[in-house]
Amino acid sequence: MVKPNLLKDIINIWGCTGLSGIDSTEYGFRIGALSTWTEVRQATALPPALIECAATVGAQQIQNRGTVGGNIVNGSPAGDSLPMWLVLDAEFEVASTRGVRRIPASEFWTGYRKNAMVDDELLVAVHIQPKSTDILHYRKVGTRMAQSISKVVLGARLRIADGRPIEARFAMGSIAATPVRLPTVEAAVLAGEGADAATHMAQDITPLDDIRSTSGYRLNVATRVVRSFLEQYLGA
Amino acid sequence: MTQFSLNGHTTSVDAPPMTRLIDVLREQLRLTGTKEGCGEGECGACTVLIDGLPVNACMIPVVQAEGTQILTVEGLAEDERLHPIQTAFINYGAAQCGICTPGFVVAAKALLDAQPNPSRTEVREALAGNLCRCTGYQKIIDAVVEALGGQP
Ligand SMILES: Cc1cc2nc3c(=O)[nH]c(=O)nc-3n(C[C@H](O)[C@H](O)[C@H](O)COP(=O)(O)OP(=O)(O)OC[C@H]3O[C@@H](n4cnc5c(N)ncnc54)[C@H](O)[C@@H]3O)c2cc1C
Ligand code: FES
Ligand code: FES
Repeated sequence: MVKPNLLKDIINIWGCTGLSGIDSTEYGFRIGALSTWTEVRQATALPPALIECAATVGAQQIQNRGTVGGNIVNGSPAGDSLPMWLVLDAEFEVASTRGVRRIPASEFWTGYRKNAMVDDELLVAVHIQPKSTDILHYRKVGTRMAQSISKVVLGARLRIADGRPIEARFAMGSIAATPVRLPTVEAAVLAGEGADAATHMAQDITPLDDIRSTSGYRLNVATRVVRSFLEQYLGA
Repeated sequence: MTQFSLNGHTTSVDAPPMTRLIDVLREQLRLTGTKEGCGEGECGACTVLIDGLPVNACMIPVVQAEGTQILTVEGLAEDERLHPIQTAFINYGAAQCGICTPGFVVAAKALLDAQPNPSRTEVREALAGNLCRCTGYQKIIDAVVEALGGQP
């Protein structure tokens, strides 16, 4: 990466009011890109799992300053919020002098810290339409409670009707170059395999082996966090 | 020029916009109470309050301080009268080398302002962004719980 010139190449967007604020919309919520994690924690109308996610980003000094938009655009595979946006089917509103467009979360992260925005685009807001009938779940596994980089981070959404799962979304971070969905596990849940759906994990992910954790550890933990979530809502 | 209120006094500094707030405080304004431990947001030694919220001064470009109210550890005592949190740190022996102490004291001040009588768990969460490699934390937590009105 080219090192930026600190006097010429940087635009300060902190305090730019058009990018801030968390508001209810006709369909759900508009979360301004400059919303800090502290502001997300205080926005009690948001889904509890999203508030839980905000509470696990760094510690309060980081939460008071780190923004939703920075987490998304930075696109670190360990970015704790990324799986949540995937399972919520979030849309990212981006703007440039050419106008405004929306990019679905599923098309946003294109490679290791790469995204679908063009150089001169700014992330303005995140739009989500959570359904109160859906179960939304967040789980971060790190080395300690505060200030730890995720080894595995899970976002999950489940819709159950007449006792059967009719929609299932799982996404994981910290295991590949981008956050990933778990299509085989999702299909197995819909096919009625219950908590055993988690056993298909190895078909969906080939976790990283790095200084923080081995691939085998990550696969094991990934399987267990999905299994324990499914056991809670679909029975063992 | 960047202008802000620092410990209640209007202050102007002339520094390139991306200069870290911690460098402005320590090098230009000679307020060396704010310490640098890691320089990358992990340790909280550089904690200051901006508009009442604890933040790491090593992560803030000075341009973002414009128009804000900043409180550093130097702003806590009134003349020779220590803030109760500072007194509690002394009473409990909550400092050894002392590098982490200003950060803890300032983070505790923010908690006190936000929530009098916090529980021990709340104190632990509020101080989770501050690292100490000497004390083992117990005495720090005890001091803060007591200073904030709880039973250590
Ligand atoms: C000690 C420490 C602990 C941390 N812990 C965690 C953690 O537990 N979990 C986690 O997920 N992250 C963590 N982080 C990373 C980081 O704090 C968060 O990802 C935070 O949300 C980033 O937001 P920011 O506003 O600081 O982004 P910045 O770092 O300011 O920006 C990141 C990138 O995105 C670009 N950008 C930012 N906003 C926009 C926008 N609106 N439009 C276009 N581009 C934009 C910037 O130009 C930059 O390239 C941690 C960081 C530190 C220092
Ligand atoms: S020096 Fe700023 S957080 Fe460590
Ligand atoms: S007293 Fe030495 S780091 Fe805390």
